[in-house]
Amino acid sequence: MANSMKVLNDKCVGCGICASTCPFGAISVVERPEHIEHTKKFKLAVIDLNKCTYCGTCTQTCKFNAIELKKDVPQFGVDKSLYNGVWVYAEQRHGEIASVVYELLNEGKRLANKLGTSLAAVLIGDNIKSKAQDLINRGADKIYVCDDPVFIEFQDDPYTAILTQLIEKEKPEIILMGATNIGRSFASGVVARIHTGLTADCISLEIDTETRNLQQTRPAFGGNIMATILTPGHRPQIATVRHKVFKEAKVEKKRKGEIIDFKFDSQTLINRTKFLGFIKDTSVAVNIGDADIIVAGGRGVGKAEGFKLLEELADILGGAVGASRAAVDSKWIPYSHQIGQTGKTVSPKVYIACGISGQIQHTVGMSSSDIIIAINKDASCSMMQTATYALEGDMYKILPNIIREIKSVSRSD
Amino acid sequence: MNIIVCIKQVPNTISVQIDSGTGRLKRDGVESIINPFDEYAIEEGLRIKERVCGKVTVVTMGPPQAETALREAIAKGADEAVLVSDRAFGGADTLATSYTLSLAIKAIGSYDIIICGKQASDGDTAQVGPGIAEMLNIPHVAYVKKIESIDNKSIKVERMMEDGYDLIESQVPVLLTVVKEINNPRIASLKGKMIAKKAVIKILDAVAIGADIKKTGLNGSPTQVMKIFTPPQRAGGEKFTGEARDVAAALVKRLSDIGIV
Repeated sequence: MANSMKVLNDKCVGCGICASTCPFGAISVVERPEHIEHTKKFKLAVIDLNKCTYCGTCTQTCKFNAIELKKDVPQFGVDKSLYNGVWVYAEQRHGEIASVVYELLNEGKRLANKLGTSLAAVLIGDNIKSKAQDLINRGADKIYVCDDPVFIEFQDDPYTAILTQLIEKEKPEIILMGATNIGRSFASGVVARIHTGLTADCISLEIDTETRNLQQTRPAFGGNIMATILTPGHRPQIATVRHKVFKEAKVEKKRKGEIIDFKFDSQTLINRTKFLGFIKDTSVAVNIGDADIIVAGGRGVGKAEGFKLLEELADILGGAVGASRAAVDSKWIPYSHQIGQTGKTVSPKVYIACGISGQIQHTVGMSSSDIIIAINKDASCSMMQTATYALEGDMYKILPNIIREIKSVSRSD
Repeated sequence: MNIIVCIKQVPNTISVQIDSGTGRLKRDGVESIINPFDEYAIEEGLRIKERVCGKVTVVTMGPPQAETALREAIAKGADEAVLVSDRAFGGADTLATSYTLSLAIKAIGSYDIIICGKQASDGDTAQVGPGIAEMLNIPHVAYVKKIESIDNKSIKVERMMEDGYDLIESQVPVLLTVVKEINNPRIASLKGKMIAKKAVIKILDAVAIGADIKKTGLNGSPTQVMKIFTPPQRAGGEKFTGEARDVAAALVKRLSDIGIV
């Protein structure tokens, strides 16, 4: 095994483009040592191999072809021709299909068509078969149903075991799962068992029809950079996908599809955890991950009562209330509403930021919203600078006016 | 009770800035910190220790510089620190990282609770914690917001979900990934900092943990980075100033034009 990454000293001019591009801070530009001569060039790029991940960004950006990357990755993977079909994991909770599933069926169908293959959905639950037709109506050609009382509530052990068994038997080439708490919790266990690639939190997917590789694009460094990831030598290629980045598949009533009861021995499903109960968060009328409109408040709200005003606006818009860390830390609103680096990541159609200055720890959680509306006294803060609509002024004066205006608009409809 | 906390050293996002000229990430002088979620993992480890007695060992996989993160954890009260470092670990994806860390944990010895932050702030995958549990063949519970009770045989935790929380009981040993709500991390004491300065950090390489280097680093990673690029920056939009009533009306007109209200 010899992955090598080196600067070709005779070609490097020390321009430093690679150093500023490297996402891992592994390259620095130094004075050219005397023994490495170059006419008129005094600087040289040096790679810290302890930090280098061989991602190849520098080789792509170097204008002088001065960086050489040799990957010696043994492709001891699998016989890819044995794997066929696109799957969507049809996540359900308390017997209801998660809305991200309908988005995945839409995107999954597009990928399946491109590959000339079929789209299947995997339904795991207790007494869940009645949901199968719903998934067929949304574009699935085949539904694998895993029905057993042990699946009534999500627990990692039995869910990981059954999905692994199903994959090993049916061998799909692609599996899409929602990047939800459930999806992220057990997808990782599944790939550890079958030894394949998993890419988290994707926001865009494409197919290379020649290699049938799935090009999975996801944000990293809190959305500061995007990375496109491949699983070239292993199958299936598994991706968790962010909610709200794809449109829901349209319903085509009474569409035909095949429903397959997956036979398994429930004795093989060991379970080392016990589900004791569910406590609903009553402060969440609309789940912020599902909301099309989010009204969020930050330090500028100033007091807990201020969130009542935000709630009122969220209510009439059919949206949810979010918050920055500052508001949560001040105990104006529970943590379950927090958006940002240490909270949730959302991408609604409309994000209304009230009294939020837009520090990067917050914006990483909401910057992919379609429309951002900022309301702030400080017109120079970064949220106001980057918002689609920036309203300068006191939110306590502006919000009641917005609420009144919306009410009068909807009345006149 | 033996508690192991897995941490990661990450670039501090506050200091990560985009060069407006090139639209690229500026990495000059970016300081390294403990991944924010791992701060809660360290704190929870210390709290379990204080509750039931035991030892907290922090472990990280990374370059030699990651030692700084381990010393910070010792300053807060961790008893031992292990740096898992080898050139053969470079370029690891989450599967190869889970494999390497699981072997390191086995090499450290016996464990009852392994705690990880929910996810790292640079990669944001949330995959390594559950991956380690799988490779160690122990159960895991992700997104833990509270430990209700704990003893040598079992643990009861609250698992945060999108719509509320689940109450889950698990066998011990178990791996937990924790969210911010679980605690308020303490600040290192002066005495702690003195101890951390002198602490001996154990270093484990591929040989020490008995790793098959075909399964570590870039070689052991089923996923490969095809390209990395900077997303287009969001340009500013329309500004509204003036009387509250007027700006509100102007906004609602826009929203009504595009069919939002």
